[in-house]
Amino acid sequence: MSEETITLEVTRYRPGHDTEPRTESFSVPYRKDWVVLDALNHIKDRVDGSLTYRWSCRMGVCGSCGMMVNGVPKLTCSAFLRDYHPGSIRVEPLANFPVIRDLVVDLDDFMEKLRRVKPWLIRETEKPVSEGEYRQTPAQLEAFKQFSMCINCMLCYAACPVYGLAPAFVGPAAIALAHRYNMDSRDEGYRFREPVLNDSVGVWDCTFVGECSVVCPKHVDPAAAIQRSKVAGAKDWAMSMLMPWGGKK
Amino acid sequence: MSDARPQRPGLYYPKMRTTWWLSRPGYVRFMIREATSVFIAIFLIEFLVLVHAVAQGPDAYAAVVGRLASPGWIVFNVVALLFALYHTVTWFLLTGVVQVVRIGDQQVPPALIVAGAFGAWVVVSLFLLYWIVVRS
Repeated sequence: MSEETITLEVTRYRPGHDTEPRTESFSVPYRKDWVVLDALNHIKDRVDGSLTYRWSCRMGVCGSCGMMVNGVPKLTCSAFLRDYHPGSIRVEPLANFPVIRDLVVDLDDFMEKLRRVKPWLIRETEKPVSEGEYRQTPAQLEAFKQFSMCINCMLCYAACPVYGLAPAFVGPAAIALAHRYNMDSRDEGYRFREPVLNDSVGVWDCTFVGECSVVCPKHVDPAAAIQRSKVAGAKDWAMSMLMPWGGKK
Repeated sequence: MSDARPQRPGLYYPKMRTTWWLSRPGYVRFMIREATSVFIAIFLIEFLVLVHAVAQGPDAYAAVVGRLASPGWIVFNVVALLFALYHTVTWFLLTGVVQVVRIGDQQVPPALIVAGAFGAWVVVSLFLLYWIVVRS
């Protein structure tokens, strides 16, 4: 009996050779316990070693293997072939990002934006180590924990039409991480992040399409972070109008 | 918004199709929500014309009401009402995500925030219904 197979239609792009991406079809063995990443690894190991893509942990933690699977941003290590069989599977690089080669996209733009929101604890003054750690209550942890689960997989940027149309937009993950630190009781850096968030390409660019939260594999809900940052920004603005000499945080 | 981005040689920069919003149901729902603003804006103009007519006197008011009784305007108002309801319902459903309310250490469940928004909507609507329909 011949082995059951499934077709993968994979986007290929060779810089310097191709002017635009093309599609190449591969027939790979169909296994119920295989994910799309397993199928890509099969192609690379057995069929065409030049196929290029990113991956690392194979367990939904590292955030490297994000690609468009049948037009939807997915971690390919979590997208099972059985959910698409007997149909074919279209694998494309993450939408809205420049393509370096085949399925690998350029993330420099996000890295620059991530630095801009200062995603680390900022203190006005550090207390000496001898005074011990900064302690938090479970409720204080709960206020930001959800937003700290981001793995920078970029699925949210691939799902965001605002970022696709206007790439200057700071974007879902960077804003979610800014919000994560703003909500942290140990942090005192809101005033440094606030100008980035309320910039013309910050939270107010977001039109609340909401698909970033739909595709997020870690249930971070970046759309919620963006809207809550808008509420905080609007409150700040109102306070600065009402109390121009003392209303700002 | 700006799409100015220095393009590096060798990379392929994808362009979004004008039909991007048809590619996912969530995008379509978003575009419908955006389109509601057009209908609500036209309704508001209609409403201002009506208010202006009231100020002009009974004859002017009767003339405008007569024009609005045409089938075309009735259809438009029904469609505008459906869009307004769609916008209101989808917006209220999001309030639980947007507004975090804490009482002491406890966060008020998002479902309660949403229920509060719908509850307030029903109360205000019933009050207006009583005020406009029953009292007149």
